[in-house]
Amino acid sequence: MRRKRKTKSILPGFSLTMGFAVLYLSLLVLIPLAALFIKSAELSPREFWDAVTAPRVLASYKVSLLTSLCAALVNLVFGLLLAWVLVRYRFPGKKIIDGLIDLPFALPTAVAGISLTTLYAPNGWIGSLMPEGVKIAYTPLGITIALIFIGLPFVVRTVQPVLQDLEADVEEAAAMLGAYRWRIFTRVILPELIPPLLTGFALAFARGIGEYGSVVFIAGNMPMKTEIAPLLIVTKLEQFEYAQAAAIAVVLLIISFVLLLIINFLQRWSNRRLRSG
Amino acid sequence: MADIAANTQARHHTAAEAKHLTEPPVVKWILISVAVLFIGLMVILPLITVLTQAFSKGLDVYLAAIRDPDALAALRLTIMTALIAVPLNTLFGLAAAWAITKFRFRGKQVLVTLIDLPFAVSPVISGLIFVLLFGAQGLIGPWLIEHNIKIIFAVPGIIIATMFVTFPFVARELIPLMETQGVQDEEAAVSLGAKGWRVFFKVTLPNIKWGLLYGMILCNARAMGEFGAVSVVSGHIRGETNTLPLHIEILYNEYQFAASFAVSSLLMLLAVITLVLKSLLESRMEKQLSGKD
Repeated sequence: MRRKRKTKSILPGFSLTMGFAVLYLSLLVLIPLAALFIKSAELSPREFWDAVTAPRVLASYKVSLLTSLCAALVNLVFGLLLAWVLVRYRFPGKKIIDGLIDLPFALPTAVAGISLTTLYAPNGWIGSLMPEGVKIAYTPLGITIALIFIGLPFVVRTVQPVLQDLEADVEEAAAMLGAYRWRIFTRVILPELIPPLLTGFALAFARGIGEYGSVVFIAGNMPMKTEIAPLLIVTKLEQFEYAQAAAIAVVLLIISFVLLLIINFLQRWSNRRLRSG
Repeated sequence: MADIAANTQARHHTAAEAKHLTEPPVVKWILISVAVLFIGLMVILPLITVLTQAFSKGLDVYLAAIRDPDALAALRLTIMTALIAVPLNTLFGLAAAWAITKFRFRGKQVLVTLIDLPFAVSPVISGLIFVLLFGAQGLIGPWLIEHNIKIIFAVPGIIIATMFVTFPFVARELIPLMETQGVQDEEAAVSLGAKGWRVFFKVTLPNIKWGLLYGMILCNARAMGEFGAVSVVSGHIRGETNTLPLHIEILYNEYQFAASFAVSSLLMLLAVITLVLKSLLESRMEKQLSGKD
């Protein structure tokens, strides 16, 4: 190991901790993930293409992507609102609201799933309030509601710290120059919040695409209509079509990885702006 | 001089909650109401639903659902799974954070990204990969059958899948924390002649204890509540390979709603305890950080 002087550390334990970390990571994460790609390679390119472009599969991707997108957009708006209210205002019960934001992270998805289904089913508290002919549970709208719940914390938790650290000087200066509040918000505050907003949005979107537990109960799971891609993977698995399941999963995984890369980039952009600003 | 004047003026303004820096009260209260309403509808109402449904058939049904042998078996398996997955992932988190934050090496950023990978993988795919590896048609499935080792549709599969989905929690909490703490404390201890483990237990551990606990609590909540990944590898054998979330699903699909929500209320309690501990630890960590400065 002939490297620059700086690499030399007097601290002990590098080979032990590094060795253990890499071994554990490889055995538990990297090798199993590789199995997915190996298994899907059992299909010829032609078969692979047919497996991932079958109408039912395409429909499931479409349902997953569209409902995740809608849910992430709703969370973008309400996440910004919640972060703003929690950082800027004082009101009774604020601490409880702040704590409850994280509930979707802590509550098992199956519990969220059956609870939301009961609420939004035609005979549920909210479902029964709907006008004749409007169904929420067992439609794409129900899937979207479950995904709003699951993605709720992401935008709030990415925007909150940035809003907290925002210097009052700039707002102060703009106000002294006579700018109105709305103008200050759109011209001074909002631009600072765009990187964390996008990061939170992408995180919520990515989580929504892969989500399973909270969605299966409320979705109704009708092929072509309310069948999400993760459920289709389970169905293929139950029919012992392992290679097909793997192929659908590979596409889903690639979408997730691309989103992960975008999120990483956004976070670096956000950090750079924070440091230089 | 002008600067000082402006500064005092500015300070005066903030003290009086400067009018030009906040919204009119009407706007403010509308925003607060919408935010509270949204949380009420999306978060509080589902929680209330769990409780009212759990007790909808009375206390007897509630208690019977929780005391049911299958429910108790599921509870035992859930606790056992967490007791294996959380310590192992904690050990990994400590090792990874030590290597990453105390040393410089090439490929560090790649390693950090790889640690986050399981968060980007759908729970269903997290289960699927182990079926493809250990299942009857899996890559090493035939070998396992030959040696009479059962992983998929058995307890080991549940534990492994849970370890996968909870893999990043502790590492992810410790890496940024130990990054900001630097290496000075440890280097000082080493130059004073302390040995490796002693440095870790006497210097590093006290510095990171709250963050470590925080990561472990989040890891535990996910380990006990995981549904998708476990559902794929479990095989749903009652009393044997059912965790609490899977037991809830079975009861719900059998239209035993009250029982299903009764068992759910246990997991909801876990979530609430997790949130309370989490916010307690957050204030502890803030205190520790500000105390150090």
